[in-house]
Amino acid sequence: MTTNTSQSSTPAAAGPEGGGVDLATEFLDRSTPLSRIRNLLHRYPALSPGIVLVVAVIVFGVISPRFFLANNLSLITQQVAVVGTLAIAQTLVILTAGIDLSVGAIMVLSSMVIAQTASQNHVPAALALVLGLLVGLAAGALNGVLVTRLKLPPFIVTLGTLNIFLALTLLYSNSASVIGQNIPALITSTGATFNVGGIGITYGVVAMLVLYIVMAFIMGKTAWGRHVYAVGDDKESARLAGIRVNRVLLSVYVAAGAILAIGAWIQIGRADAASPNAGNDLNLDSITAVVIGGTSLFGGRGTIWGSLLGALIVGVFRNGLALAGLDVLYQTLAVGVLIIVAVSLDQWIRKVRK
Amino acid sequence: MTLSEDTRPASTLPYTQPVLKATGLVKTYGRVVGLDGVDLELYQGEVLAVIGDNGAGKSTLIKCLTGAEIPDEGQLHLQGSPVHFKRPQDAKLYGIETVYQGLAVSPALDIASNLYLGRELRKPGILGSVFRMMDTKTMRSNSKQELDRLGISTLQDVTVAIENLSGGQRQAVAVARAAAFGSKVVVLDEPTAALGVRESNQVLELIRRLRDQGIPVILVSHNMPHVFDVADRIHIQRLGKRAAVITPQSHTMTEAVAIMTGAATA
Ligand SMILES: Nc1ncnc2c1ncn2[C@@H]1O[C@H](COP(=O)(O)OP(=O)(O)O)[C@@H](O)[C@H]1O
Ligand SMILES: [Mg+2]
Repeated sequence: MTTNTSQSSTPAAAGPEGGGVDLATEFLDRSTPLSRIRNLLHRYPALSPGIVLVVAVIVFGVISPRFFLANNLSLITQQVAVVGTLAIAQTLVILTAGIDLSVGAIMVLSSMVIAQTASQNHVPAALALVLGLLVGLAAGALNGVLVTRLKLPPFIVTLGTLNIFLALTLLYSNSASVIGQNIPALITSTGATFNVGGIGITYGVVAMLVLYIVMAFIMGKTAWGRHVYAVGDDKESARLAGIRVNRVLLSVYVAAGAILAIGAWIQIGRADAASPNAGNDLNLDSITAVVIGGTSLFGGRGTIWGSLLGALIVGVFRNGLALAGLDVLYQTLAVGVLIIVAVSLDQWIRKVRK
Repeated sequence: MTLSEDTRPASTLPYTQPVLKATGLVKTYGRVVGLDGVDLELYQGEVLAVIGDNGAGKSTLIKCLTGAEIPDEGQLHLQGSPVHFKRPQDAKLYGIETVYQGLAVSPALDIASNLYLGRELRKPGILGSVFRMMDTKTMRSNSKQELDRLGISTLQDVTVAIENLSGGQRQAVAVARAAAFGSKVVVLDEPTAALGVRESNQVLELIRRLRDQGIPVILVSHNMPHVFDVADRIHIQRLGKRAAVITPQSHTMTEAVAIMTGAATA
């Protein structure tokens, strides 16, 4: 046992509350600079994506003068709004050591219900949105029930429901889109823009940011959030500590469904239409954002804000590479490399555990 | 079986009923028989040790007593009333706290979060009632006080994540949680397994202190000197059954081991 009197040589490793020398410093301070970096990244999972984003913005800004134009920045935020919202739902599921392959499909199903009930059945706009929310909740509940009751792996469950929701969407919509003109203004209002310092921001982007703030609060400040982390960290320990694991898991999938319904609203505004094929890439893109955002696929480690960073990183890379005149295939390549790097980094960071 | 009746602590004779009483507990895992009709009585103010070979069913017994497993057959009585624990939460509500073998702590959460896991305090006023905000500050300061009160000096900073602690310190957190919240019964399954001599002695001291406060303790241990040091009575588990109940006075360690291994009967 070392005594606790050593003056800390790594102020950076001290907790966010300050408090001078604490045990954390003593334990985390394992000599080599490399392990010190690792401990720091372990303690702050959003740190590495934060650094990557800042570097990417600077590099792309230098490469292409058009990058920092107001129009371009506005475009990036709009491109990120939907996947960023879906990434919140995905983060919740991945924090429980699960994965949800059906987020895009649920969002699209919900968006078709919103658009079609409002346009074809002439349901009032607000009620149409509520119906979309109910669809999201029901779809999330179905995932949750299958995961908790049948004890099936979330990967398989959501692979199944992905196809089911997709088929339901095509059946319900007759594979036809609903164009913006036919949708009430309240529903497409998420695509409307207002100005912040010359940059056009849509209400959909604002909705996404509000969702991030609310969910970050819930995950960090409420018992439910803490239980989500505990369940993802170690299910059996959480159960023995008295947490109703299945109840937490079910609530996570239901909450994800609600968030996806809000994503549907944002998507309709963004596209100024509701299309049954809008969600195909989003299932995997949301996972990409979460993983690049520093959340561990093994559960229990990560932050909500990290996923916003992850979504922004993907958005900035795609945009920056396009501005640099590179073919779309290089965007895909870059995203692939980012995923591998992020997962490798997580693997390395997790070795902090003894 | 009247053996256990005879060996009750003298002070509790003749009228006291057991605080916790299990009768005919059976638990099977497929074809494996974990418990094969086990009885157990725990009396007020005693330390009841449970010993037995590997696979004798000690941990299964503990789990069935505390809601972590639901027994296939058998009854539980708490202070004379029948109870049915469907999950650990149920036993906790009755004031039964348990350290399970292999430690049930969440590595990524800090010490204070682990102590309060599943029973987080909320802030007073609407911050707590409407916004459901946890009272992190109070939970931290309470945790610190509790660790000090329990004499667990090896844990200074309650905001350190469990994964940054040594095996012994993790064990100390698990024991502290049980001791802090166990108002009726404290159950410890191999709590000194990963501990050094000094830390083990701290845990034994803690067990004595709990008993002196009137909280009965069930202690599962492989360590015969520890068992004979703190136990008032010793439940010997063998092949899924209770082979005997002895006391440190009635039997020697060698005799206890002989019963444990089947070389002798009580
Ligand atoms: N979850 C389980 N699944 C299958 N078999 C189990 C399980 N838990 C315990 N057992 C079996 O039950 C028996 C008793 O185990 P246990 O109670 O852990 O023994 P002890 O704690 O005395 O070493 C062993 O044969 C063990 O293999
Ligand atoms: Mg055991």
